[in-house]
Amino acid sequence: MDIGRRKQRILIVDDDEINRSILMDMMDDAYEYIEAEDGAQAVSILKEQEMEISLVLLDIMMPVMDGFGVLQAMNENHWIDSTPVVIISSESQPDNIAKAYDLGVTDFIGRPFNDSIVHHRVTNTLLLAAKQHSLEELAAEQIYEKERHSGLMVDILSHIVEFRNGESSLHVIHVRAITELLLKQLQRKTDRYPLTPAEISMISTVSSFHDIGKISIDAAILNKPGKLTDEEFAVMKTHAMVGAEMLAALPVYQDEPLVNMAYQVCRWHHERYNGRGYPDGLSGDDIPISAQVVALADVYDALTSERVYKPAFSHEHAMEIIAEDGARGAFNPILLECLNDISDILRDDLRASTLEKLSRSQHLEDMAVEISRHKELAASNRTLQLLEQERMKYGFFAAMSEEIQFEYTLTPPMVTFNAFGAKKLGVNETVLDPAHNSETVHYMEDASWEEFHRRLLATTPEEPSVVMEGQITIGGEARWHKFIARSLWTADEPPRMISIIGKATDIHRSRMNLEQLERRASYDALTDLLNAGSARKKIEERLKAPADEHYALAILDLDFFKTANDTYGHAFGNEVLALVAETLKRSVRGGDIAARIGGDEFLVFLEYKQDLEPIIDRIFHSICGKRCGEFTISLSVGVARASDVGNDYENLFRAADQALYTVKESGKGNYCFYDQSVREMAPLAGSKIGAIESEEGEGER
Amino acid sequence: MTLKECYAALGGNYEDVLGRLRAERLVQKFLLKFLDDKSLALLEESLEKGDYETAFRASHTLKGVCQNLGFSELAASSEALTEAMRGGKAPDMALAEAVKADYQKVIGAVSAYQAELG
Repeated sequence: MDIGRRKQRILIVDDDEINRSILMDMMDDAYEYIEAEDGAQAVSILKEQEMEISLVLLDIMMPVMDGFGVLQAMNENHWIDSTPVVIISSESQPDNIAKAYDLGVTDFIGRPFNDSIVHHRVTNTLLLAAKQHSLEELAAEQIYEKERHSGLMVDILSHIVEFRNGESSLHVIHVRAITELLLKQLQRKTDRYPLTPAEISMISTVSSFHDIGKISIDAAILNKPGKLTDEEFAVMKTHAMVGAEMLAALPVYQDEPLVNMAYQVCRWHHERYNGRGYPDGLSGDDIPISAQVVALADVYDALTSERVYKPAFSHEHAMEIIAEDGARGAFNPILLECLNDISDILRDDLRASTLEKLSRSQHLEDMAVEISRHKELAASNRTLQLLEQERMKYGFFAAMSEEIQFEYTLTPPMVTFNAFGAKKLGVNETVLDPAHNSETVHYMEDASWEEFHRRLLATTPEEPSVVMEGQITIGGEARWHKFIARSLWTADEPPRMISIIGKATDIHRSRMNLEQLERRASYDALTDLLNAGSARKKIEERLKAPADEHYALAILDLDFFKTANDTYGHAFGNEVLALVAETLKRSVRGGDIAARIGGDEFLVFLEYKQDLEPIIDRIFHSICGKRCGEFTISLSVGVARASDVGNDYENLFRAADQALYTVKESGKGNYCFYDQSVREMAPLAGSKIGAIESEEGEGER
Repeated sequence: MTLKECYAALGGNYEDVLGRLRAERLVQKFLLKFLDDKSLALLEESLEKGDYETAFRASHTLKGVCQNLGFSELAASSEALTEAMRGGKAPDMALAEAVKADYQKVIGAVSAYQAELG
């Protein structure tokens, strides 16, 4: 697997430097060497350059992660399939040797090293691996070709039936594609019908045979445009049993699973889940799952295709008809769910005839995966070169961008940072088991980590990405970062999460700026209370949420404020306002909302359980009568209860304003609730909306 | 002092190592490199702390290096110590003392050899 004329690369993993250099000297410059001091380093190197490493020389006894740990990781990632491992160890315990062979090592070199033995074992192992590799390619090609041929044969044979039938030759192909899609979806949905990928492939193949029995039916019946008579229909129905008998009568292959499966499909593809089908009237899961699936696929395609007795129905219409039959119990409910799940694919791809291509190539791809389990095996040298170029490019950009980039693999649990990220966090580029490692575990703020972790675990192959903001502690300071990450999955069915890649960008400054701006926009600069607009927004949110408590709104207006302003100056006026705000902040409770809504007007929104008056009384007396220099603060307060006027901000505000007006009229320095007497003085609907009568004008400017 | 004499002084098997490494140059190179080997320091340190798992690994590494370099006596004593600690057991300290003594013998001979090279 060398690239161009480059030397083959050998990864030497041994914790002792002398041992590593003896080995390199023995093999001299015939190869290129990469050294690793322990198992964790080795895994991290393999992760990056597995494709370019031709051989691993591996010690067993090492710190951090031992040789068995490396072998385990190589097995889990299937690296061992393409990269041979020779153990170098003085470890001669027989069960350790057996364990190493079980984990797929090719050979052993014992200590003390002997020049010619090392030489021969290394060369032989490399040669063997190269031969195996080219044989695998050859075999894969031949199997591809053979598979293509047998697929063609199946297509041609089943087309003969359809040709006589006058059905479109696509019917067989469609049924096969739909069968495969349904079966795969079924595996994702439930473990009630466990099927291996090989069995799914086999059922899809034999679905092509479902109608072979029709060659025994008179063409006049087959191609009759109108409705069949009862007698004709009885003849038609025989095709299921005839097809099955044809297969049962095959003189050979009776023990082949494929023939058995084809028998099931032929005989029972007209059975219905509720027992109303033919020929045997089976019901429920007495009908093999293969026949259940093919039956549904057959019905769907028959409905959406043109036949001598009917036009082609639209996808939507066909789905409706099937749903109606389903409601009568004709189909397994879980299969109907599967059909609905793949509805989009059917609508978009089947009519465009791309489905069969899709299915074919998917099938070949599955084969390829199965043959080699390791798609990279078939990668050409050119692909490898391109890959390496990509890696260089990526490395370059990763180094240029000021982002913490990471890749997390699940087995072994290990995170790799880019150089910038490792430096920024002050950790190694590779960290084993980061979730439990004291080096990394405290970097992310707990809440952020929990959210990140939870959302990553919830990703799927269809929706693999997570974007969120969270805090990372850098140099003792929690800084806001934007996280973008996605999970990577295997191509297996069901897919398995194998790793997570992502990056974190420092957005601390812009986020802080934004927060400051937001704060500035919603708070009053002089008193640091909410301003009118943001208070209204918060109150409306609160009113919308259902609560056990009662709500009330109070408007507080300073009496004689204009006099204070005129007498002592604006700076003094501001002092009074700040003092009132301070006192107000102290006398409202945590859940209450306090705001400055005008020059000398304040607002308090309260939650209370039973009695509102003592609360208002307390707030009123905490401010009214307070002295600020020569000036004694006096206050008028109007209060409205949501229980009287409804959970509506404007009504509350208007009512409180009217109550306030009543206080002002009757001598100030008091509080008043919006009640019957106020209502009679000035009906709510007639009052001015939102206009605040502020006789003393604005204080600070 | 020749290489062969040095091997005799440190309790090693010169013919064996030359037979395996094939070149006198290589034998000399790795012999001198052994002066920088850290395994014994790690062994002593971990024995002191009672960390027999690390001590086992260090002793195991030392044994492997000695086998490779043909230091027969040190290889034998470190092997005995290694086996005594397998499974994290505390060893008989006499075994550790024997390793230290053999190690000093090797270091003494190799240092003398190096001094003569100038």
